[in-house]
Amino acid sequence: MITRRMAFYIATAIVAITINFFIPRLMPGNPALAVLGRVQANESPQAIAALEVQYGVQTKTGLWGQYVQYWSHLLHGNLGISLSAYPESVGSLIRAALPWTVGLVGIATVISFLLGTLLGVAAAWRRGTWLDGLLPTMAFFQAAPYFFVAILAVALFSTKLGWFPPNSGYDTTTLNPGLNWPFISSVLDHAALPAVTIVLASIAGWIIGMRNMMITTMDEDYVLLAQAKGLPSQRVISYAARNALLPSVAGFSLAIGFIVSGALLTEIVFSYPGVGYLLFSAIGSDDYPLLQGIFLIITLAVLLANLAADFVYAFLDPRTRQEA
Amino acid sequence: MRRLLRSPKIVIGLCLSGVFGLLAIIGPLLAPYNPNTSVSTTVSVPQPPSAAHLLGTTQVQQDVLSQLLVGGRSTILVALVAGAAATALAVLFGVAAGYFGSWGDDGLSMLANIFLVLPALPLLIVIFGFLGKGANPNDVVIGVIIAITGWAFGARQLRAQTLSMRSRDFVDSARIIGEKSWRIMTFEILPNLIPVVATSFLFTVIYGVGTYTALSFLGVISTSHWSWGTMLYWAQSAQAAQQVHLEWWWFVPPGLAVGLFGTGLALLNFGIDEFVNPRLRGGTGSVSGRRARRAGLPRRAQLGLTPVLSGSIKKAS
Amino acid sequence: MSREAVVRREAVVRREAVVSGDAIVSGDAIMSGASDTLSSGTGVSGEAAVSGEAGVSGEAAVSAASDVLIDVRGLCVDYGLGDDAVHAVVDADLELRRGEVLGLAGESGSGKSTLAYAVTRLLRPPGVITAGSARFAGSVNLMSAGLRELRGLRWSEIAVVLQSSMNALNPVLSIGTQFSDVLRAHRPDMSRANRQARSSELLEMVGIPADRLSSYPHELSGGMRQRVMIATALALDPSVVVMDEPTTALDVVTQREILEELMALRDRLGFAVLFISHDLSLLAEIADSIAVMYAGRLVERATAGAIFRAPRHPYSLGLLSSFPALHGPRRAMEGIPGSPPDLRNMPSGCSFHPRCGYAFDRCRTDPPPLLDLEAGTRAAACWLQDGHMTVPAELARPAQAPAAGEPEPTGGRS
Repeated sequence: MITRRMAFYIATAIVAITINFFIPRLMPGNPALAVLGRVQANESPQAIAALEVQYGVQTKTGLWGQYVQYWSHLLHGNLGISLSAYPESVGSLIRAALPWTVGLVGIATVISFLLGTLLGVAAAWRRGTWLDGLLPTMAFFQAAPYFFVAILAVALFSTKLGWFPPNSGYDTTTLNPGLNWPFISSVLDHAALPAVTIVLASIAGWIIGMRNMMITTMDEDYVLLAQAKGLPSQRVISYAARNALLPSVAGFSLAIGFIVSGALLTEIVFSYPGVGYLLFSAIGSDDYPLLQGIFLIITLAVLLANLAADFVYAFLDPRTRQEA
Repeated sequence: MRRLLRSPKIVIGLCLSGVFGLLAIIGPLLAPYNPNTSVSTTVSVPQPPSAAHLLGTTQVQQDVLSQLLVGGRSTILVALVAGAAATALAVLFGVAAGYFGSWGDDGLSMLANIFLVLPALPLLIVIFGFLGKGANPNDVVIGVIIAITGWAFGARQLRAQTLSMRSRDFVDSARIIGEKSWRIMTFEILPNLIPVVATSFLFTVIYGVGTYTALSFLGVISTSHWSWGTMLYWAQSAQAAQQVHLEWWWFVPPGLAVGLFGTGLALLNFGIDEFVNPRLRGGTGSVSGRRARRAGLPRRAQLGLTPVLSGSIKKAS
Repeated sequence: MSREAVVRREAVVRREAVVSGDAIVSGDAIMSGASDTLSSGTGVSGEAAVSGEAGVSGEAAVSAASDVLIDVRGLCVDYGLGDDAVHAVVDADLELRRGEVLGLAGESGSGKSTLAYAVTRLLRPPGVITAGSARFAGSVNLMSAGLRELRGLRWSEIAVVLQSSMNALNPVLSIGTQFSDVLRAHRPDMSRANRQARSSELLEMVGIPADRLSSYPHELSGGMRQRVMIATALALDPSVVVMDEPTTALDVVTQREILEELMALRDRLGFAVLFISHDLSLLAEIADSIAVMYAGRLVERATAGAIFRAPRHPYSLGLLSSFPALHGPRRAMEGIPGSPPDLRNMPSGCSFHPRCGYAFDRCRTDPPPLLDLEAGTRAAACWLQDGHMTVPAELARPAQAPAAGEPEPTGGRS
């Protein structure tokens, strides 16, 4: 089953790359030309030639040839050259920003998932208590856009209360990156608010999903049997939860796309030096190669996360291990 | 129908959504100023709410309330168009895939899964980015483009439902009679899918609002096109939240508006969910909490401990 | 009725013949059963009923009281509260003795499962127990017991076998885990090795190789899963096993195998069984006594042979008449006209009267209580049996088996 999923992800990656290839060529009034026009004055002939190849302007090779060339570039890790940060390559820019985003999103998502699922189990097991009233509040946070929650967080915790810094990944004025405690503590300090934002905005989904699934699962015969066996409450809950968890893990794949998008927006509010902030500046400066590069990397990251979730699901549910 | 209205979630959800729906229609007519006009060119600090400006002004002295009302129409309209278009696509693809099966189903499912996995926002950024900021597409076009990324979820759900219905007797008998496929899908299967279609629509509208606001916030969609997201773009550029004197009247209203609109729709969705699946309603199983308490039962039902009505443990002969 | 039911009816008679040593000569001779020895092992009460000795029944009462494991009096169970409440069980009295097999018979919706689960407090919401009592071994009040007290009892004294094994076994856990969790919970001092040994022993007891302990439920066939359920139920050597239609979901061949294994285990380990089933013929074969339920009430209670041979309630009669006989004169099949009542809209008086061929005025107005008959050895809830009415022949057959040579009653009106 994993092999089937992997084949699917590879197919999706191919589709994403192909879309990436075609979009600039499909837009009305070739934007690449416009960009090139702007850039022509300042750049070297080699740079312009590279861009022309990337966007298929004035080349003699046909569409298919360009497609193949595009693929060969990609497989060599060549995502093009940034227009706004010329002559930096898109790859190096992304490589610098990626660890920040992965760290932030990774940790925040894990916290959100674990906390959300636990609260969901509690909400289902202890129905009719105050936890039920928590749901509409959570629904609001889920409906409100990530960056709005971020702005609120900044306004409250940073500007008003002064607990956390309002922007950046670390204190750029005094510190240098390195494996030293002042740097690391500064990083954590600066990552706190963005992480809180992501957790707040995404947790509602896990809570509600887990709660509803638990309620349905608690009606199952095997839960009744566990009670009939006289097992301690903890055991019974864990039996129910273990089964109720499955749809949440399956739904993780869907959620990860949203969470990543939301995280990108959060970074902008905090000027956090991750991929999201890079994206924002790329939009602002019409840096098309950077835009496309980021799209590809994000897509690949999401696909990888999906694959990881599939592995976890197969581990949790022995029924799926059968279908090879 | 009356039972639907008994749920507080549905009532609140309807009210909220209704208010916003109304706003979308008459909003711009209520706006006291033109959102683009700067009332004064000498002042360069956003002004807090006052009698003249109920929600204060922006940095360039534009009326926030007017921006909210005019932007509201755009935001809600785009969201509704996105929802409608995505749901239409979802119904088309989902029901067809579920009904016809085999090759068509495999292909459409593959397509849906691909769109489901592709991260929507980055894709839309690339699309709109290349469209160019100069191009100022109207709300309907924006809605349709957003719908391209939002149909897959509903399609999958509808396909699953259609599959389970396909093997039912009433479909079989229609087929034996010789009814045409499209007629069966439209008149036999579709009416049974209404709850799923409704929740799918609501979900996609929420998705549309969020995505459109995000795109405007990023500045990918022309910033001269007023929407709640655009307001937040300008507020963030001016660092309204980072100022010592918090310029809350600038960023709270648009964000709150998006949040409340989304919550209203989400509550409607919950309500429909609970209506369809009575187990999800609160209380001791499906007995209302109040009634249970009156009878002396514990408010929350404990599994494996069937409640015994107090005062009844007497008749032991 | 199914062919299986017919075959079973035959088996009942044949079994009695074998036990009593009567030679099986011809088709008619098969019909001449022996004394009611199905209840052998339950003590004196069964035989006392057959021999009609009034004095003995008193004795039976005294010795029986000490081994009544489950004693239910006047139990009432509702679904929901207030005016919309559905009365699923009304005024039920039951006694389950040590080592006895008590069959609880009835159609779907008769309240048999509700009664069984309510007694053990396992009924799911919105079930509520509104009146009555239930005691275990005379000492534990099941209605007032707290969760901890119930947990102590559960599985170590009272075990349950659920109807659908596919749903009852946790799909994400191995079979071994589902054995050892009970052992861990109730025998915390057992070492891992001992638990493993016990689990293997249990599996082998039901004829499954011990290497299947690491399998998952979906890897086993339906019959194997049900066997696992039974083995799990016996893990702590309980004194009572409640079986909720354990073989209904299986094919007839597997049904037979499992039932035979079950009865063999029971003979060996001596636990009491509360067997819930809609199949009266099945119960007649394996149960010692049977309680018949209709629309939430108990309508008849007697030893299996007595109900089978000499029903006293028109409903039981109707159920039995639905099976054709393999031998004997051909007669028209009769079912019971009509259908079970909507529990929210019960008929006045006796709930069975709209479908009863013997109903008269009193039946329409007064619901009959469970009346003691034949010196308290059996009971039926029917006004025909109150001592003032002439009872039709079909409802007054002698409970003893006819002497050799006489034809076995074939049910239905003669």
